[in-house]
Amino acid sequence: MASNGMCPSVKNILLLDSEGKRVAVKYYSDDWPTNNAKLAFEKFVFSKTVKTNARTEAEVTLLENNIIIYKFVQDLHFFVTGGDDENELILASVLQGFFDAVTLLLRSNVDKREALENLDLILLCLDEIVDGGIILETNGALIAEKVTSSSLDADAPLSEQTLTQAWATARDHLTRTLLK
Amino acid sequence: MAQPLVKKDDDRDDEAEYSPFLGIEKGAVLQEARVFNDPQLDARRCSQVITKLLYLLNQGDTFTKIEATEVFFAVTKLFQSRDLGLRRMVYLIIKELSPSSDEVIIVTSSLMKDMNSKTDMYRANAIRVLCRITDGTLLTQIERYLKQAIVDKNPVVASAALVSGIHLLQTNPEIVKRWSNEVQEAVQSRAPLVQFHALALLHQIRQNDRLAVSKLVTSLMRGTVRSPLAQCLLIRYTSQVIWESGNNTQSGDRPFYDFLESCLRHKSEMVIFEAARAITELNGVTSRELTPAITVLQLFLSSSKPVLRFAAVRTLNKVAMKHPMAITNCNIDMESLISDQNRSIATLAITTLLKTGNESSVDRLMKQITNFMSDIADEFKIVVVEAIRSLCLKFPLKYRSLMNFLSNILREEGGFDYKKAIVDSIVILIRDIPDAKESGLLHLCEFIEDCEFTYLSTQILHFLGVEGPKTSDPSKYIRYIYNRVHLENATVRASAVSTLAKFGAAVDELKPRIFVLLRRCVFDSDDEVRDRATLYQNTLGGDGSVVETDKDVKDFLFGSFDVPLVNLETSLKNYEPSEEPFDINAVPRESSAPVELTEAETEYAVNVVKHIFDKHVVFQYNCTNTIPEQLLEDVIVIVDASEAEEFSEVFSKPLRSLPYDSPRQTFVAFEKPEGLATVGKFSNILKFIVKEVDPSTGEAEEDSVEDEYQLEDLDVVAADYILKVGVSNFRNAWESLGDDFERVDEYGLGPRESLAEAVNAVINLLGMQPCEGTEVVPPNSRSHTCLLSGVYIGNIKVLVRLSFGLDGPKDVAMKLAVRSEDESVSDAIHEIVGSG
Repeated sequence: MASNGMCPSVKNILLLDSEGKRVAVKYYSDDWPTNNAKLAFEKFVFSKTVKTNARTEAEVTLLENNIIIYKFVQDLHFFVTGGDDENELILASVLQGFFDAVTLLLRSNVDKREALENLDLILLCLDEIVDGGIILETNGALIAEKVTSSSLDADAPLSEQTLTQAWATARDHLTRTLLK
Repeated sequence: MAQPLVKKDDDRDDEAEYSPFLGIEKGAVLQEARVFNDPQLDARRCSQVITKLLYLLNQGDTFTKIEATEVFFAVTKLFQSRDLGLRRMVYLIIKELSPSSDEVIIVTSSLMKDMNSKTDMYRANAIRVLCRITDGTLLTQIERYLKQAIVDKNPVVASAALVSGIHLLQTNPEIVKRWSNEVQEAVQSRAPLVQFHALALLHQIRQNDRLAVSKLVTSLMRGTVRSPLAQCLLIRYTSQVIWESGNNTQSGDRPFYDFLESCLRHKSEMVIFEAARAITELNGVTSRELTPAITVLQLFLSSSKPVLRFAAVRTLNKVAMKHPMAITNCNIDMESLISDQNRSIATLAITTLLKTGNESSVDRLMKQITNFMSDIADEFKIVVVEAIRSLCLKFPLKYRSLMNFLSNILREEGGFDYKKAIVDSIVILIRDIPDAKESGLLHLCEFIEDCEFTYLSTQILHFLGVEGPKTSDPSKYIRYIYNRVHLENATVRASAVSTLAKFGAAVDELKPRIFVLLRRCVFDSDDEVRDRATLYQNTLGGDGSVVETDKDVKDFLFGSFDVPLVNLETSLKNYEPSEEPFDINAVPRESSAPVELTEAETEYAVNVVKHIFDKHVVFQYNCTNTIPEQLLEDVIVIVDASEAEEFSEVFSKPLRSLPYDSPRQTFVAFEKPEGLATVGKFSNILKFIVKEVDPSTGEAEEDSVEDEYQLEDLDVVAADYILKVGVSNFRNAWESLGDDFERVDEYGLGPRESLAEAVNAVINLLGMQPCEGTEVVPPNSRSHTCLLSGVYIGNIKVLVRLSFGLDGPKDVAMKLAVRSEDESVSDAIHEIVGSG
C-alpha cells in the first residue's frame, strides 16, 4: 500500500457487531499480514472499548501505538484506526463520514441486521471513503451519493430512494438523454 | 446518556440470529456463480452472488488459485450487462481478486472502454480498478487517459486519477512524474478534495527537491486552500521547509512561523490542531513561539468532544517533557481531567501534571492521584508509577510523601508487572536519594511480609543484602529477613539465607547473631536451603565470633562473574565427570551466535560458533548432512589462516561420523596473543569421506570416496571480544568512570535507509549492550542518543554514548564518545567504527 510519509493515512476501518464479530472490515496497512493477526486485533480493540460509552460522542483510545476513533450505535461498533502520530481529528472526520454515510444508506435503521441485508451498500461505501489508505471523501452525504448514483447531480434526495430505485432513476435519465 | 443495547428477549432471539448469510458455504456460492455465464444476465441475481462472494472474502475465507481464476473469468462475462449497480459490484470484486497479469488482459479493454464512458462513476471507478491491477506496460498504454482524467471537470474522476497516481508513484515513479503539469493544474482546482489529492501527489513527486517544495508551499500560502485536509498538508509541508532551512535565530522570527500561527485561527478544528501540534514540534522552539499554540490546546482541554480533549492532552504531555514551565497555565484544566470518563485522557492528564507540578503542589497532587489509581487498569497505573518516579528524582526533598504513596499502592491489589514497576521505582529512589534509603528499605521489608510473587521477594531480598549492611543500623532488617526463612516457599527461603549471610559477612558485629540463625536453617526441609546454610556457616568462620571477614569470602558473596552465565551453564552441562575437577577458566569469556557458513538448502549445512578465551579462540562447527543417501565420516574442517597471521592452529577435533539429519560438531582451536583483541579472516573447507547409504535399510557400503566442500569465510572481529554487560544507571556509571580515558570523535555514516537502521547497524558492529531502552528509535525522529555498555577483554569496563542525527533527508551523522579504564580500549572502540 502507498506509504506517503506526510499524507494522512488510515490503517483500517472496522464495522463489528455487539459481540465483536465482523460485519464488514477493510485493512489498508501491512501491520496485520495474516487473517489471524487481523482477528486478534479486532478482538483486542473490541475488548478494550466495549465497556466505554461511545454513543453520544465519538471516543478515542491509544492501543499498541495506534490511535483508534470509535462510535457505537444499536448493535454496531464503528472503528477507524491510524498510526500514533496521525492527527486524531482527521481520523475522527473519516469515522464521522463513514457513520453518516451508513446512516443515510440504511435509511436511519442502523443495526446489524439492516447492515447485513445491505452489505453491498456498506462495501461500496467503504470503497468510496478510503483508497489504499488515502482519504477519498469525508462528507457522509457525498459518500452515500457516490454509492447510489451514477452521476453526481443530486436531484433526488437520497433518503427517499432505495438502491435499485436510484439506479433506475439514473437509467431512465440516461435513456432520455440518448433519445433526445 | 447511553442508549441501551438492543435487548435480546425470546421473540427477538430468533430475529437476532437471522442473517442473510446464515449457513453460507463457499462451495455453494461458487456454484451459484455459474449464473454469470447465462446469456440472459439477471443483474439483480448476479449482484447478490457477488455480495455473497465478497462477504466470504471479508470474513476471512480464501479462494484457491483455481477458484479465484474461475470466479474471475466468470465475472468478466458480466461486462456485457449495462446494469449500473452490477457494474459497480464487478469493480469491487475485481479489486478483491487481485488477478495476475495474464488474467488482467481479459478485462483491460472493457475497463478502458469504461474509462472513456460518459457515466462519471464508471470513469472514476474503472480508473481505480485499472491502476490497481496494472503493470508498467499497460500503464504506458493508458497514460494519456489518466492525464486527461486528472484535469477532468468531474471531481470524483479527477480524485480517482490523482489518488491512483499516488499509489503508482511507489511502483512506476518515472511514469507518474511525467504528469507533473496536469497535477500542477489540478492543484488550482476549485473542487476542494481534488486540490487536496493533487497537492499530496505533487509534493510526493517533488519531495527530494527542497527548492521545489519550498516554492509549492509559498505559492499555496498566497493562493486559496479549499479544504481543511489540504490546509493540514500545507502545514505539514511548511514544517518540513522550516526544518530544512535550519535555525535562523539571527534574523529574528523563524520563517513561516507567522503562517503556522495564523492557522491557529482557522475555522476548522482539524487545522487548528494540526497547526498547534506543528508549532510544538518545531526544532528548538521557544516559549514565546509556544504560547499561542498552548493557549489553543488549553481551550480544547475543556471541549465536550473526547477526541479533542485527547488530542490536546496528548500533545501537551509531549511538550511537558521539554518545556514544563510553558504548560503550568493548563494545570487547573488538567486537574479536572483526572476524573475524565475516558481513562486514556485521565492518565495523560495525571502524567502531565506529574511532569509540570512544582514542589509545593506535589502533596496535593498525590492526594488526587490516590483516589484515581483504584479506578484505572494496570497498564495505565504503570505509566503513572513511572511518572511519579521521575517526579521524585526531580524533587528529592519530597521523597517522604512520594515513597509513602508508592508503598501504599504496593499494598493494594495489582498484577505482577504493576507491582514490579513499583518495586523498581522504590529501588531507583533508594539508590539515587541517600536520605530515602532507610525508609525505602523498610517499605520493601514490609512489602515482602505479604508478597505473592516469588520473583519480587527474591529480588528484594537480594537488594536488601547489598544495601542493608551499608545503613547505620543494619540489625533492624534482620527480623524481616529471618521471618522469610520460616514463612515462605523454598526459593524465597534460600534467598533469605543468602541475604543473612551477606549481612554477616559485611557487618562483623552481627556475626554471632547471624551464625545462630544460620544454624537453625541447617534443619530446613529443602536441600538448597540446607546446603546454603551449611556453606555460609563454613565460609563465615566456624565459631561465629566477631572477626573480620576474609577478603575471599567477601568476593565470593558480593563479587560478580566475569564469564557469561549462559556459557557457564553450557560448560557445566558438557562437563563429563572425571578425575579432573571442573575448571572455571575453561569457560569461554564470550561465545558468538552461530554464523552460517553455507547458504540455505545446500547438501551440507554448516554454521560456526566462535568461543573466545584469553589465549585462544575455538571454532565450533555445527554440521548437518541433508542427504539421506550419504554417510560422512572423519569430518574435519581445514582452515586457512593466512589472513589471520597472529593466530596459530593448535588443535583440531574431527567428527567421527555424520549421518543424515543428525547435527554434530567438529572443533578447531587457535592460539592467539594473550589478552588482546586480535582479528583475522579464516577460510574454511569441509573435508570428509563419503559412503553411499541405502535409505531403505540404512546400511552403508564399504567403499568410500574422499571429498571436499567449500564453506564461506569467517571473520573474528573486535566486536567478538566485547562482552555485552548492561548497567542499570548509565549516568552514574559514566560519571564514575571519569574522563581520563575519554575519546570523542565524529563520523559521517553516509546515506542510510533510516535513522533506526543506522542505529542498529552501529549497535551490531560494536557488539555492546544497549542500556535503558535506548536501542529503540521513536518513529519520525530526526536525532537519537544511544547508550551502550560492555566489558572488553581483560575485564575492562567500557561505556559508549552515541549521538545520531539526520543530516538532510537520508544522510546520518554520528558522534561517538567512549569512556573506559584504559586508553587503548577507548581507541580500539573508535577503530571498530572507523573501519566498520
